[in-house]
Amino acid sequence: MSLAPVISMRGVTYSYPGAASPAVNEVDLDIGPGEWAALVGANGSGKSTLAKICNALLTPTRGVCFVMGADAAAPGSPEEIRKNVALVFQNPDDQIVASIVEEDVAFGPENLRLSRDEIRARVDRALELTGLSRYRLRGSFSLSGGQKQRLALAGALALDPAVLLLDESTSMLDPEGRESFLRRLGDLNACGMTLLQVTHRMDEVVHARRVVVMERGRVVWDGASSDFFGGEYLRWNFAEPQELILYRELLARGFIRQGTVPTVLGMLGSLCL
Amino acid sequence: MSVTIERGELVSIVGHTGSGKSTLAQHLNALLIPQSGSVTVDGTDVTKDAKDLRGLRRKVGLVFQYPEQQFFADTIRDEIAFAPQNWGVRGRDLDDCVDAAARSAGLDPSLMEMNPFAVSGGQKRRVALASVLSMKPDYLVLDEPTAGLDAQGIRELIRLMTELRAKGLGVVQVTHDLESALANSGRVLVLENGLGVVYGEPEQVAEHLLLNPVEGLVMPPFQRFIAGLRERGIDLPLTSDISSIIDKLEEMRRCAF
Repeated sequence: MSLAPVISMRGVTYSYPGAASPAVNEVDLDIGPGEWAALVGANGSGKSTLAKICNALLTPTRGVCFVMGADAAAPGSPEEIRKNVALVFQNPDDQIVASIVEEDVAFGPENLRLSRDEIRARVDRALELTGLSRYRLRGSFSLSGGQKQRLALAGALALDPAVLLLDESTSMLDPEGRESFLRRLGDLNACGMTLLQVTHRMDEVVHARRVVVMERGRVVWDGASSDFFGGEYLRWNFAEPQELILYRELLARGFIRQGTVPTVLGMLGSLCL
Repeated sequence: MSVTIERGELVSIVGHTGSGKSTLAQHLNALLIPQSGSVTVDGTDVTKDAKDLRGLRRKVGLVFQYPEQQFFADTIRDEIAFAPQNWGVRGRDLDDCVDAAARSAGLDPSLMEMNPFAVSGGQKRRVALASVLSMKPDYLVLDEPTAGLDAQGIRELIRLMTELRAKGLGVVQVTHDLESALANSGRVLVLENGLGVVYGEPEQVAEHLLLNPVEGLVMPPFQRFIAGLRERGIDLPLTSDISSIIDKLEEMRRCAF
């Protein structure tokens, strides 16, 4: 028996006031508990709008969105939904509320009226997960762009959400920071956290098990990430990572064989000259 | 730190999170004044002669990390028109100036009457760029210009930076993306904990980083592959050009026969 989806959309449409066409158009989408799905598409395809609908920040103009079983449009629902579904915005400055790092991370748990010990434990864990422990007493707004982005993530993680929505939330991290953050997301997902990740970066999408492609407000492809990277991604005009460019060129000229692992080490290891 | 940036060149400033990239960029148009040392723009020391800050900021346009931080007008047209209007440009001249800046930034003309907050992230980036280009700057400083843009947006932005450079502007991009910096710039400055560790042409910088890795900067796949080839005795510059790599391998294969 499959478990009930944590997010379930039927015919969801959303139009911004004054916009000529809907940002999200007739979307049907189910996200199951414990899934790690990447939501990809060009700028303006409706990804961020869809993420905001999942968090009840926007109410569909048409259609219904159920989050953890509750109709997101029902009175009182948004507050309940946001206890379980955390959204990390593209721009961390939209999210940082307190002037000291640890106070900012504590803001969410304090609003949940948790005990002092529980708040401290959650703040410690969120700072550790995001690599910010040594900055806990620093001024939030004195942090660099990438550090602020980690702070926004820490604030969301401190809510201990069942579902984490990430809207281009690693765009300011350096490659090592991104890699370590994605590893930690993997750990959280292994412990049951549902992840819906809005991203352009194909090197981030590889971590997700499911890929949902949006184009002009509609879901145009939805499937396993292995199928996506089996060639599907080339159809959608995404940036091709250098590893895959190298793989394609070396394979075409017979320098490597089909089935070679498309990593630098894999390709060097099976190079035939 | 001592760095010179010429007109007509595209320079990338790269470094790990918190390395000081954005802080350095904000010194270039005197948003920040150095506590020691000097910043000179076209012969004027901005640390000593702060009288004409307005003129300096017109000369050196800065696009912030998140363009929406700069928006305040109700329509995209008004947003772009703000600076030229302040210098007294009016009527047809103002329209021409706004349209030219929007065109240079690759902005969709049908969006001009929309609210700048209502368009997508990629279009917002173009609005921010157009509103700086409307000042007709001699230098353009872009802080993480490609963050959050899709593949098409990134390609267009790189093309735009290249075009502006070819028109004679000095273009500086701050980025944490070493791959893009090595592939698209004339010179690259690498920062580590607030210090400039190397400044030079991309291949030179890649050679330096291969011997002296910097925390938080991962060598891109092409350069890592070339480093692997060198260990097998195949010598090749640390290029971002795939055809040079393939040509070299073809040459090695011909020699083997």
